[in-house]
Amino acid sequence: MLDTVMQQAPAFFNPHNLVFILQAMGRTLGMTIVGCTTGFVLGMAIAVLRGSRSVLLLPLRLVAIGYVEVFRRIPFLVILFIVLFVIEPLLPGTSLLGIATISVCLLSTAFLSEIIRAGLESVPGRQIDGAHALNFNALQTLVMVTLPQSWKVILPPAAAFVVMFVKDTSLASQLGVIELTFAGKMLVNRGFSPLLGFGAILVCYFILSYPLSRAAARLEKRLAAS
Amino acid sequence: MPHLEIVSLSSRYGSEEVLKEVSLAADQGEVLSVIGPSGSGKSTLLRVLIGLTPPSGGEVFIAGERVDYSSRRSLKGLRGKMSIVFQEYNLFQNMTVMRNVTVAPIKIKKRPREQVERQAEALLAKVGMAHKQDAYPEELSGGQQQRVAIARALATNPEILLFDEVTAALDPERVNEVLETIRGLTNEGITMIIVSHEMAFVREVSTRVAMMDEGRLVECGPPAQIFDAPRQSRTREFVSSILRH
Amino acid sequence: MDYTFQFSEVFAELPYLLGGAVVTLEIAFISFWGGAVIGLGGALAKVYGGPALKKTASTYVTALTNTPALVQIFLLYYALPDAGILLGSMTAVLIGLVLNAGAYLTEIIRAGIVSVRPSEMDAGVTLGMSRLQLVRYVMLPHTAKTIYAPLSNFFVWLVLGSSLAALFGVEELTGRAINVSTANLRSIETFAVVAVIYVVLTVMASASLALAGRLMFRVRAKVF
Repeated sequence: MLDTVMQQAPAFFNPHNLVFILQAMGRTLGMTIVGCTTGFVLGMAIAVLRGSRSVLLLPLRLVAIGYVEVFRRIPFLVILFIVLFVIEPLLPGTSLLGIATISVCLLSTAFLSEIIRAGLESVPGRQIDGAHALNFNALQTLVMVTLPQSWKVILPPAAAFVVMFVKDTSLASQLGVIELTFAGKMLVNRGFSPLLGFGAILVCYFILSYPLSRAAARLEKRLAAS
Repeated sequence: MPHLEIVSLSSRYGSEEVLKEVSLAADQGEVLSVIGPSGSGKSTLLRVLIGLTPPSGGEVFIAGERVDYSSRRSLKGLRGKMSIVFQEYNLFQNMTVMRNVTVAPIKIKKRPREQVERQAEALLAKVGMAHKQDAYPEELSGGQQQRVAIARALATNPEILLFDEVTAALDPERVNEVLETIRGLTNEGITMIIVSHEMAFVREVSTRVAMMDEGRLVECGPPAQIFDAPRQSRTREFVSSILRH
Repeated sequence: MDYTFQFSEVFAELPYLLGGAVVTLEIAFISFWGGAVIGLGGALAKVYGGPALKKTASTYVTALTNTPALVQIFLLYYALPDAGILLGSMTAVLIGLVLNAGAYLTEIIRAGIVSVRPSEMDAGVTLGMSRLQLVRYVMLPHTAKTIYAPLSNFFVWLVLGSSLAALFGVEELTGRAINVSTANLRSIETFAVVAVIYVVLTVMASASLALAGRLMFRVRAKVF
């Protein structure tokens, strides 16, 4: 088996293949960045919405709760299929990468909104009371009182989530998006040994994920100490 | 022969010597208090005595018998005779009050459960905690937890009882209930070593008081000597600084 | 858009799909307990092991937690035959998931062991407990209580994660959903029903684990 790897290595690591793998890595990274950024923004909106007590927003709040609870309890693979089957007839011509990105955002928004909500709720109620007593409105309370205190609680699990998320995007290969995992499958289909093909892909994931997970661990340690 | 005899006991933490050749002795039933500024080695002395911190030199005798701190068997024998109450109570958070008190006698001394539970009820009544025997430590106040810890220490029927700043972590209004409990134990023939900052209490209950500073024993004598006529200037300094507050 | 939903064809396949849910739970169970054995060993190695053992355990955890399980299983499934080892798809999936679970559970259990309060250990030592009694009465109850909630969450994560088995042709819940939808061409309806089954499955798992935890360890675990 190793002989094959040695024999194929020069052909495998040719510039053409390397560019192909780097592009795939870029797509994996792209889905991660878009997914997590969207997830953070929408997740924040949902977390704030769930914390509001206005009766007018009640129906919206129920929808948000339903969405978060359901999407955290469905496998990502099933989300991918559902998005695919819903989007295809609704918006024909949407690219596979587009469908994968929508799925990724749906997943990250659900999980990140829970992480953010836990962070917002960690701020003691008497401080919110204090802000209200000083006549802060809801947005001022959020920006000036709640957020500055809750980011310490939010960041460590959010960073850990991003690390998980990089790996979750590998399932998008199922749709045919040429991200890292699909690139690996294509290389193996072109006749390269699976050990070489998938091995190289595992190394690429490691290169993306390891610095992130080290940073997440360091963040957790530092914020726990303070 | 003294009940507990400590001969030039030393201990080091890393390269720093935190206990420097301390010698002390206490007779059966004596209440020996140890005072001194923070970091003077008082708590280390107790931790070495009960075998939590290894000594780096010196010897300890109980009723004339030498304690071998490197032998597991000797340590087991030691802890059958000696108990400690910690500053932070150190109760087992996963056990009820009753279980905290009975786990050692039942599981380690293999005494019959019935008998141990009867004794535990009596001990909890003595420290005023009988009504809380099914509660968990987290449901109790600091003072209540400390009283349970005292009952737990007593349940092993110790001949020697160590108290390591047992009121230091408590709210001021909880201090008296714990001191009251200890005061109630002073006439039962148990030899006690009390590390405390409660000077009025120390003066009242102690038969002798030892003053420590920077890991050394400065002076040891009856409370009247230590508080009213200290022989060492360091003792005078410390006592007057404390009493001024 | 005039699409009419038709669930009747999906409901006809409900017994078949529920059978897939049982397979899903089986995969999750095996991965969990296999991973728990590895995780316990890994955690003990990381906390009490010598330098070599510590290094081995951390390398294992780092390598597996920083790469996707899917690609790891691709490697097992497609590369091992070149070395003369033929794995069935279910076997490859189970080995991959057990190894993965082992890595994550190493970290969870390690955190539990490290969280035992030194003060309680001191108290146990001074009461005369032997090393075994310290483990039995102080360490185990505390560790079990601390790791119970993360363990429960991890089990739910495994129920969801086991769906990747479908990509290797294993007929668990997602795999059977693919089969059904290819046959009846009612993809949205099929996957909607399967999504509901997953939600019910994980809610039931969380709820029963939370209840068991409350009875055993007085853990106030949240279902939602």
